[in-house]
Amino acid sequence: MKQVTLKINNVSVTVEAGTRILDAAKKAGFNIPTLCYLKDVCNEGSCRVCVVEVKGARSLVASCSAVVAEGMEVFTNTPKVINSRKKTIELILSNHKKACLMCVRNGNCELATLAQDYNCNAFEYEGVTEQYDIDETPYLVRDNNKCVLCRRCVAVCNKIQGVGVIGPNKRGFATHIGCAFEQPLSSTPCVACGQCITACPVGALHEKDDTDKVKALLEDKDKYVIVGTAPSVRVGLGEEFGYPIGTNVEGKMVSALKRLGFDKVFDVDMAADMTIMEEGTEFLHRLKDKTAALPMMTSCSPGWIRYMEFYYPELLPHLSTCKSPQQMFGAIMKTYYAKKYNIPVDKLAVVSIMPCVAKKTEITREGQSAAGVPDVDVVLSTRELARLIKNQGIDFKGLCDEKFDDPIGEGSTAGLLFGATGGVMEAALRTVSEVVLGKPLDKIDFKAVRGVKGIKSAKVTLNGQTINVCVASSLSNAKKILEDIKAGKCDYQFIEIMTCPGGCVNGGGQPIQPSSVTNNSDIRALRAKAIYDADKKATLRKSHETAAVKTLYKEFFNEPGSHRAHEILHTSYKKRNKYEA
Amino acid sequence: MLERAHILVCGGTGCTSGNSNKIYSEFQTRLKEQGLDKEVKLIMTGCFGLCARGPIVVVYPEGTFYQHVKPEDVAEIVGEHILKGRPVERLLHSEKEEDGSLKAINETDFYKRQKRVVLRNCGIINPESIDEYLAYDGYKAYEKVVTEMTPQGVIDEIKKSGLRGRGGGGFSTGMKWQFAHDSVSDVKYVVCNADEGDPGAFMDRSLLEGDPHAVIEAMMIAGYAIGARQGYIYVRAEYPIAVQRLEIAIGQAREYGILGKNIMGLGHDFDIELRLGAGAFVCGEETALLNSTEGKRGEPRQRPPFPAVKGLFEKPTLINNVETYGNITQIILNGADWFASMGTEKSKGTKVFALGGKINNTGLVEIPMGTTLRTIIEEIGGGIPHGKKFKAAQTGGPSGGCIPAQLIDTKIDYDNLIAIGSMMGSGGLIVMDEDNCMVDIAKFFLEFTVDESCGKCTPCRIGNKRLYEMLDAVTKGKATMEDLDKMEQLCYYIKENSLCGLGQTAPNPVLSTLKYFRDEYVEHVKNKRCPAGVCKALVSYKINPDACIGCGLCKRNCPVGAISGDIKQPHVIDASKCIKCGACVQACRKNAIVK
Repeated sequence: MKQVTLKINNVSVTVEAGTRILDAAKKAGFNIPTLCYLKDVCNEGSCRVCVVEVKGARSLVASCSAVVAEGMEVFTNTPKVINSRKKTIELILSNHKKACLMCVRNGNCELATLAQDYNCNAFEYEGVTEQYDIDETPYLVRDNNKCVLCRRCVAVCNKIQGVGVIGPNKRGFATHIGCAFEQPLSSTPCVACGQCITACPVGALHEKDDTDKVKALLEDKDKYVIVGTAPSVRVGLGEEFGYPIGTNVEGKMVSALKRLGFDKVFDVDMAADMTIMEEGTEFLHRLKDKTAALPMMTSCSPGWIRYMEFYYPELLPHLSTCKSPQQMFGAIMKTYYAKKYNIPVDKLAVVSIMPCVAKKTEITREGQSAAGVPDVDVVLSTRELARLIKNQGIDFKGLCDEKFDDPIGEGSTAGLLFGATGGVMEAALRTVSEVVLGKPLDKIDFKAVRGVKGIKSAKVTLNGQTINVCVASSLSNAKKILEDIKAGKCDYQFIEIMTCPGGCVNGGGQPIQPSSVTNNSDIRALRAKAIYDADKKATLRKSHETAAVKTLYKEFFNEPGSHRAHEILHTSYKKRNKYEA
Repeated sequence: MLERAHILVCGGTGCTSGNSNKIYSEFQTRLKEQGLDKEVKLIMTGCFGLCARGPIVVVYPEGTFYQHVKPEDVAEIVGEHILKGRPVERLLHSEKEEDGSLKAINETDFYKRQKRVVLRNCGIINPESIDEYLAYDGYKAYEKVVTEMTPQGVIDEIKKSGLRGRGGGGFSTGMKWQFAHDSVSDVKYVVCNADEGDPGAFMDRSLLEGDPHAVIEAMMIAGYAIGARQGYIYVRAEYPIAVQRLEIAIGQAREYGILGKNIMGLGHDFDIELRLGAGAFVCGEETALLNSTEGKRGEPRQRPPFPAVKGLFEKPTLINNVETYGNITQIILNGADWFASMGTEKSKGTKVFALGGKINNTGLVEIPMGTTLRTIIEEIGGGIPHGKKFKAAQTGGPSGGCIPAQLIDTKIDYDNLIAIGSMMGSGGLIVMDEDNCMVDIAKFFLEFTVDESCGKCTPCRIGNKRLYEMLDAVTKGKATMEDLDKMEQLCYYIKENSLCGLGQTAPNPVLSTLKYFRDEYVEHVKNKRCPAGVCKALVSYKINPDACIGCGLCKRNCPVGAISGDIKQPHVIDASKCIKCGACVQACRKNAIVK
């Protein structure tokens, strides 16, 4: 690659041709603030916070999109630049609902950070402000009164997810982010992934907060409240309490949940193991059945399920009929567990902690009520759990590690792998291989399916038969594969799809890192590493070896794919119409 | 058969709105009635330019210029002029020679200082007939470049001519073609920017309506020069006549083998499609135009990459404005030296201006670069109506600035206009007299850009809005002297920080009026007074009791009942009810109502 040498604030620096001025400046030791820029996602140059002076240029230059040139002289902190940035931020503040004290992003707001760094007067340019109604869904709240029109949400929805249900409406000062024809989000084919929330620099987008519902359940003396935590939550939650990205806080998390007053604290990893048992069996059946739809595609990610139902209903037969781990967990609690421990179903509440906001939509789906009542009652995202812990005055950092409760407590680290893209595939391969072979594998690491790459594929030999598998994360990547299937160009037999780029570790319900962090490090890889590290250290690494799994089949389900398993652990899908009133 | 007379009826938008279609059909009927339809040729042409006098009919061979023609006048013109050879005096454009004889159309003040290169065929040929265009050397320039010139040779000729973009920026056209030529790609595009949006500007519309083939031919030449086989004309949907004539022209060109594969058997392929804009001013910005052409939201793209490298559908794209294309065939046919002989050192050729505002001859004029503002206003434009005093001229539309009376001898070219804080823009020229308040003018233009901002970047979306609010405060007497400084700083900030040309130039009307008419701002701020009496909040109406005769006209015309008084007694205005609409002033025959 061609190298280019330029000067940033008179510091000479050599970078690859095509490098953005922003990144070249970083290399030279200068931070340039950004607002609308999100690496690999949003590069519209619209906010103008990152402007710099370039010698010879007519006006100031947006360093997030302008690339370096040989001999270029850039100045990142002249009075003109600093004043311009200050004015830009003050103008944004002039049209921003400054309800900072009550804002969900108080303490984690990129606009507030900029305003502080540039010593801004929030009332310098007072004038009329647009007033918008709040758009609320069961999983997400859009408050355009706080929107800074950086369009990071639009870019992630359109470019990364290929969904595109939001975009700029109207123009000029009346420009705002909205859906087609100003419809509420609930009447659009939004898949509920929540990636727009984690992309938002301010409080214009946030999850629908359900912590009050959980508090009410915990207050209710008649209720027996069980909580289950998804694999990714333990490697994200720590960030809310100041731990470095990629810290596994499983022990403290369990301890905190116990202090919150849950009657039982279980691990959804175990349900992920059950998913592997059911899904693996289903896959082996499909391989043998010439009439079954192949490739089979995983069904753990509710945003992905919504995407299929809205956008590719003709391919629904390819989806595994297995419920997601969250729903299997809830279903097992409300059937097996309730019966075994003699708890009336109406007195039993199941709360799940998820890295996801789409999970909030999953609990109200049809076919997710194994015991006649919803399998799961309330879903909290990782962020909401952190909020609840803070609200209840629990000293998270000072807690000792505790273990999940028995008997559903321990899952295998195969279940834990579900948190990272490729994890379901690796877990499934570990189990399916051993079932087919009838003996333990020599090597259980399937490294070809690991990593943050959007589409990964591998060949696996099962008793002489070669199986082509594929792993994709983000819906724009999923779309490529779906189009291949439709065109008859797909020779995979088993495909794992995760809605969010990098999988659940980067889910829409995970802690939000500012762009200053995400633009300079890959939080997906850092969080995933914590999962793979735990797997490396563990002894129980295969789903079919998990004690609880064995017990469940022995005492209740008989065998994977049994009639009862189908009734309780499987579901069905249906075509959904886009833009229905 | 040769006809003995030609009757030209203007079919431009202005005259069409004055019912020229009906005039045309009336001529058809009357000529037929008189059995003259074989010996007199009736032609619907493009715009003549002198829109203030429309609908216009010109009769050749004499070149008799009829103005304000109505359908009911047609019978008289046919009966008197065509049949009996006696021009209809009452409809004549009234300019006369000193000896009292009528001036020929080309000798009138409005036309004699003009140099019609781009508009050469407008008002001459029938734009809906490719045959007439062919008869006026049509498609000869294209034939010449394909048979005699290399693509680089064409570009060199354009460069040598010194032609600069007529859409506003004034970038070297030849260089633009060179960049598009030098980009390596199997697919390239030629785009015509016909999204003319400056308030009051209509030169592109007139050219498309009056001579659509000239633009098509120029695009074909550009296609040959840069290596493109497809062109797009992005034209406003609000220009239905232009759209229709382009459609006819493209259809005829295809029929004649002039557009399509292997044009004229010369081995070059080129075709053109129309794209209709939906009325967003910002879509005249070239990257926003590309987005809109692709079916996306009309918003500018970050540059670089420039369109010549990565443009329409990510392919190298040449975008020129209608008027720029209008010069191409003439440069090819007459040579770069001929073209460069017109104009000033750095601005060659001619420029079409749309004259508007407080001027007698509103309409379209084409003048050599370097003509002074004085010539345009006083000679071509026929001066200011009602003997009022010239105060300022606004050029460049909402991106331009106001040129004060003391600079009336400025020679109009790209660089001179920028030097005095305005710009060429697409060629709107709005004249203001002593009754215009310059703060109000700045507010008018800024209101337009605030309205038309795409809303993408912060400085334009919010900055211009806040600037407008401050300006509004000035017009209401609510601003302080510190606010004026704050406004000025905000102007410079918006210019330096905006993403595209719209934002970068939007504060120009404010900056130029602050520069040349600061005392007017100060008057609004310090003395809460609008010297021109325009800013309503600062104006109050009073009835001079000495002049009032108590006729009651003002009282009857007041829409809010703010005026009271008995017959033959001086009336009074209740300031708390008055909405300052000015209806009483207009109604009063004694000039008794004062601001």
